[in-house]
Amino acid sequence: MNLLSVRDLHAGYGPIEVLHGVNIEVSKGGATAVLGANGAGKTTLLRAICGMIWRRGTIELDGQPIDKLETADIARRGVAHVPQGRGTFATLSAEENLRLGAIARMRSPKLAQNFALVYEYFPRLYERRNQQAGTLSGGEQQMLAIGRALMLEPKLLVLDEPSFGLAPRIVQEIFGIMRKINREQHVSVLVVEQNANLALEFADRACVLETGTVITHGTPEDMRQNPEVRRAYLGY
Amino acid sequence: MEQFLHQVAAGLATGGVYASLALALVMIYQTTHHVNFAQGELAMCSTYLAWSLVNAGVPYWAAFILTVAISFAVGMGIERVLIRRVERAPVLTVVIVFIAMQFILNSLAGAVFGYTIQLFPSPFPEEPPFGNPYINSHELGVVVVTMVTVGLLWAFFRFTSLGLALRGAAANSESAALCGIRVGSMLMLGWGLAAAIGAVAGMLVAPIVFLDPNMMSGILIYAFAAALLGGIDSPVGAVIGGFLLGVLENLAGAYVIGTELKLTVALITIVAVLVVRPSGLLGRVLVTRV
Repeated sequence: MNLLSVRDLHAGYGPIEVLHGVNIEVSKGGATAVLGANGAGKTTLLRAICGMIWRRGTIELDGQPIDKLETADIARRGVAHVPQGRGTFATLSAEENLRLGAIARMRSPKLAQNFALVYEYFPRLYERRNQQAGTLSGGEQQMLAIGRALMLEPKLLVLDEPSFGLAPRIVQEIFGIMRKINREQHVSVLVVEQNANLALEFADRACVLETGTVITHGTPEDMRQNPEVRRAYLGY
Repeated sequence: MEQFLHQVAAGLATGGVYASLALALVMIYQTTHHVNFAQGELAMCSTYLAWSLVNAGVPYWAAFILTVAISFAVGMGIERVLIRRVERAPVLTVVIVFIAMQFILNSLAGAVFGYTIQLFPSPFPEEPPFGNPYINSHELGVVVVTMVTVGLLWAFFRFTSLGLALRGAAANSESAALCGIRVGSMLMLGWGLAAAIGAVAGMLVAPIVFLDPNMMSGILIYAFAAALLGGIDSPVGAVIGGFLLGVLENLAGAYVIGTELKLTVALITIVAVLVVRPSGLLGRVLVTRV
């Protein structure tokens, strides 16, 4: 059973079409990785799913169409998007960032529990909760962005290059938490990642995007066996 | 000495008005990064509304609250109908829309109410409070009403979810939408709040400068200077800037340059702040690490 299914998606910016009929799926409780080179349309795909740019095609969340909804309403349905560059509310404190993540869930009985969970995953955020978020380190901002997304009680977590610009040790830590979120909290994940080895280790499905179309998809094992993918993205 | 204290008190009163209008400017700047040049004329129109209500026999404070409420609604309406259409336009387009709005409102008020100056009532008693010789009741009232307005706003932004959502939308509109905040509604709310605060400023200043369609033109310059002095993105700064400028202007007028050159104080302040400290007293120099 699929949580997210995208069929024949066309999307782009102004007059320029970037995606030419993309199909992609995330299973319930699963994790799908999108691989591809710079400019392949990975970020565009995520932005199209969340209604941040024009798009045409079918996007269904839990069987309900969301391709006509506004970004804020898609978020309220349970799609938490951690954008490229982390989308920090730089002038607000770390805790206020988390409260903003929960703004659509202010009446949720699990509100306090969610704060506790985020601080358990990222103890460093608790230490820095009163600090202006723009002054946090890159790794801390990425943790804050994921924490903010968790506060939405998401069904689907959408991550755009979570490893971008971070030290390998921090990347390991963040992927460890992502795995916990996926396995323990049963949140499905759609992740775009340059680091293909890392992404294939994490996901249960993967696809490769090239100039706006999916050129191949399957299990991580299929990807590792595919000579073309190996040469171009895995480096062996 | 008595004269000096009186000048300071009068300065605080006009400063309160500058502070309120500066606060309205900051409100819109924070949400949209535009400086609304029509803020003064909007406040003037609100004041005419209050004047009409009072003349129709509505008690002062009822007229006050009604005016604030209607101004709030009109502010939201202007954002929805007019400003949203130029949201993505180049900044000069927006500036021209603001200036056009300023002239239209000014002429409209002139056409409807005429250019004769009108008396606007003060809700505060004639005799000075507690029989003190330094400050009259209206001046004290202006300071108190300004402080109450600021306090309410601060509490709204600090303690309510809606206030937090508005700050979020101002800080990063894209991320705000991804959190489920309807950014368009937040911009409307920001405009509504600004118009409501402007209405308060207009009603407070009208008993001092009298009511006419041009009453706000000078005051808007002071308010702009106050907002810059405090830091254009800092509500607290705007209020401090307003009071500082009011006192500074009054003292300079009384002892240094005379009343004719008072407006120069505001203009010099604008230039000085932009040259010496563009972020203002409390404005944030944004620090980001990547």
